[in-house]
Amino acid sequence: MSELLVVEDLTVTFPTTRGPVDVVKDVSFTVGRNETVGIVGESGSGKSMTSLAVMGLLPPGATTKGSIRLDGVELLGRPDRELRRVRGEQASMIFQDPLSSLNPYYTVGLQIEEMYRAHRRCSRKEARRVVVEALTQVGIPEPERRAGYYPHQFSGGQRQRVMIAMALVCSPALLIADEPTTALDVTVQAQILTLLAGLQRDSGTGMVFVTHDLAVISSIATRVLVMCRGEQVEYGEAEQVFAAPRHDYTRMLLESIPRIDDEVVL
Amino acid sequence: MARYVAGRLAGLVVLLLLVCVFTYLIFFKLSPDPALMICGKTCTPDRVAQIRASLGLDRPFLTQLGDYLSGLVAGRDYGSGPNLVHCPAPCLGYSFQSSQSVTQMIVDRLPVSATVAVGAAVLWLIVGIAAGLLSAVKEGSWWDRAAMGLALGGASIPNYVLALTLQYVLVVKLQILPFPSAVPFSEDPLLWFQSYLMPWLVLATGYACLYARLTRANVIDTLAQNFMRTARSKGLSPALTMRRHALRPALTPIVTIFGMDFAALLGGALITETVFGLNGIGKMAADSIAKNDQPVIMAVTLLAAFFVMAGNVVVDLLYTGLDPRVRVS
Amino acid sequence: MTTAAPSHEAMADPLAGAGDAPATEGRRIARALLRDRGAVLSTVFLGLVVLMAICAPLISAVTGHGPNDFDPAAVDTNLGGLPRGSFGGVSADHLLGVEPQNGRDILARIAYGARVSFLIAISATVLTTLLGVVLGLLAGFYQGWVDQVISRIMDFLMAFPALIFMIAILSSLPTGDRSVLLVTVITVFGWPYLARVVRGQTLTLVNREFVEAARASGASTGAIVFKEILPNLRNSLIVMTTLAVPGYIGTEAGLSFLGVGVTPPTPSWGQMISSAVSWYATDPMYFAVPGLFLFLTVLSLTVLGDRIRAASDAGEAS
Repeated sequence: MSELLVVEDLTVTFPTTRGPVDVVKDVSFTVGRNETVGIVGESGSGKSMTSLAVMGLLPPGATTKGSIRLDGVELLGRPDRELRRVRGEQASMIFQDPLSSLNPYYTVGLQIEEMYRAHRRCSRKEARRVVVEALTQVGIPEPERRAGYYPHQFSGGQRQRVMIAMALVCSPALLIADEPTTALDVTVQAQILTLLAGLQRDSGTGMVFVTHDLAVISSIATRVLVMCRGEQVEYGEAEQVFAAPRHDYTRMLLESIPRIDDEVVL
Repeated sequence: MARYVAGRLAGLVVLLLLVCVFTYLIFFKLSPDPALMICGKTCTPDRVAQIRASLGLDRPFLTQLGDYLSGLVAGRDYGSGPNLVHCPAPCLGYSFQSSQSVTQMIVDRLPVSATVAVGAAVLWLIVGIAAGLLSAVKEGSWWDRAAMGLALGGASIPNYVLALTLQYVLVVKLQILPFPSAVPFSEDPLLWFQSYLMPWLVLATGYACLYARLTRANVIDTLAQNFMRTARSKGLSPALTMRRHALRPALTPIVTIFGMDFAALLGGALITETVFGLNGIGKMAADSIAKNDQPVIMAVTLLAAFFVMAGNVVVDLLYTGLDPRVRVS
Repeated sequence: MTTAAPSHEAMADPLAGAGDAPATEGRRIARALLRDRGAVLSTVFLGLVVLMAICAPLISAVTGHGPNDFDPAAVDTNLGGLPRGSFGGVSADHLLGVEPQNGRDILARIAYGARVSFLIAISATVLTTLLGVVLGLLAGFYQGWVDQVISRIMDFLMAFPALIFMIAILSSLPTGDRSVLLVTVITVFGWPYLARVVRGQTLTLVNREFVEAARASGASTGAIVFKEILPNLRNSLIVMTTLAVPGYIGTEAGLSFLGVGVTPPTPSWGQMISSAVSWYATDPMYFAVPGLFLFLTVLSLTVLGDRIRAASDAGEAS
């Protein structure tokens, strides 16, 4: 398996009134093509900052150290102008809250189309055909008509499908999914996970799946990175991590998952 | 949509009717008797009664109001026999002072108020929005702090103080501008422009400051939205990200406020027009109030109310087109 | 129907954090203001103006000029009554100069005028706040027909061309105490702007968990309103009232400027500026002094309101 994404000793530092704070400290992991790596941790553990660092979307003021290589090319330290070509084209991202992540003023068709046209030279007609295709792929019914709808006219699950269609419209090599199912109902969560897994299998995209939910990770990821307060506390094959966690924190996380065979105490 | 518009228009008519009744009632009950004022010093009770009768002031309140309203809709006749005067709809009566048709007075003066309003609006929109945008993009910079400090200051100057100051500095001291005069554009475009320049500046200052602060707040708010992060994650150029994704959400609410402000100005910039002696609706209002010219006061009140309410309806309709989330159901 | 277009208030909804300890919150805002140069300067200036207003009789006693005392010696009848000396007759005797023609002391009139302006603005603010809070609370709390009635009245009053109407009413009421009339008219047309915000916030508050919890635990309506809802409106009320005072000072001055406010010989800043209009070219100090006082007072109050808003917003964001 050739490595698609290699993150080595990534450190993200924020200036605060009480001096610089490392929100991500010495994190290393790799993602292969057609592989899903899960990043798990509580909120504030630095998992979202890690994924934003890969995209070059850290808030202004943040500084980075270490190395992030996508397809063998170093991303850290490159100017925004060059990173723009990477974003969307080679790596794209979906977010936790699809409603606020889509611009309410534009149709979903336009929002997908502008991404395609930012990276590919093509006519509007061609772009529209691609949009309809992308919407069909993620299971939006009546895609021609729905492309003209605004985000608020979709249900939560469908909005995330739109986000996925948008993220994959340029067939990126890497997809970063930051808590993509957290804001959704449980039944819809399962549908989105199935969709993501299916799309990934068909396209061979590498995926980083960020979540606080170990149950979700165990169903989708082959490797797992556990983060706690910015630090990497465990990293390994998913099965191994879940079967024999080496770190207390991972054990604690695992124990916090409610099991069906738990005794119900009234 | 048609039903919504019809509903809004019906609401507008009802509100206008209420304003009409309310205004009429106030003047009917509170004002000094206009007949006495018209009659002057050498007045006899007979003469007063005669004037009252000719103005229809001797009849009950509701009859007078009814006549006024029907005159507004269908026109009405004043006097009788050979003295009969027909006042075509929309009839707002005749000025007690000049005996002119009030409708005609408004038609004559509206262009002046419109010129003042349009010029000032162009000025404050450009300056206010540009300054606000720049401040938002460079949040925290020296420009931002200077511009926002100035905006607070500019919004705090009462416009008559600003008007007098400008007039003193530009006209009296530096003599850059001539005294404003009501010259039509076709006669002397330069003098026309110079005459309107100060009213525009005075009116625009307060609004520009307000709009700069508003624009800044809206843009900063929009830039922090999640969809801006999405736009960046898509690899769009910063220019497109700003132009398409940030500006529209940030500026759409300003349309609402602009619509209301502009509509209110069409009803006359009372203080500015008075200070600069511009013969617009605002000055007409001030003059008629000073002389207790009731038909004119009634008319300018109604006109201003009409503009405010019509502006409200237009803005709401516009908004349904501008913000996809607000749709008529 | 459509959803109402977002208004000024809706964009900066100051309602985020709820149920914090008022004492520490107030102290935190005070600390933030103390660190802000603009806020401190504004407070100092306002303190001086208020002091001047309170001590107006004292100032008159010290300078020996009442607000209505003519001083024919200070003006030059040969020049049409222009003040003698430069800068509008500024001298050791008349610190801010004198009025043309009659030679009244401007400092004394500014001090007494401040009393009138502040009294009217503060009374109007208290009354509009009272009316706005009570009616806004009623509409937001009871909803249904109560809300319908109050909201329609607000629509009606806000659709009115308030300035023209205020002038018209004031001009047709020649008798009576002008200050009381001014306060009444300003209040009648001013309360809906505050009530609209209070209503909106109350509407969202009554559905919040802590209010429902209070209701479920059997709290009386009065207890819910005074213990749960009003404390949460406190911040926006403070901001709105601080910003209302300069607004009303401006309104009073504007109405007096147009000749329908307080009548001479009672001094008010707006009325002083109004009588200075015909002299602006020959005696600019006559309008500059009250103009500057008016401008600086409005600016100080606006800056203060703005900084209080920023400080209370920052507290809610954290």
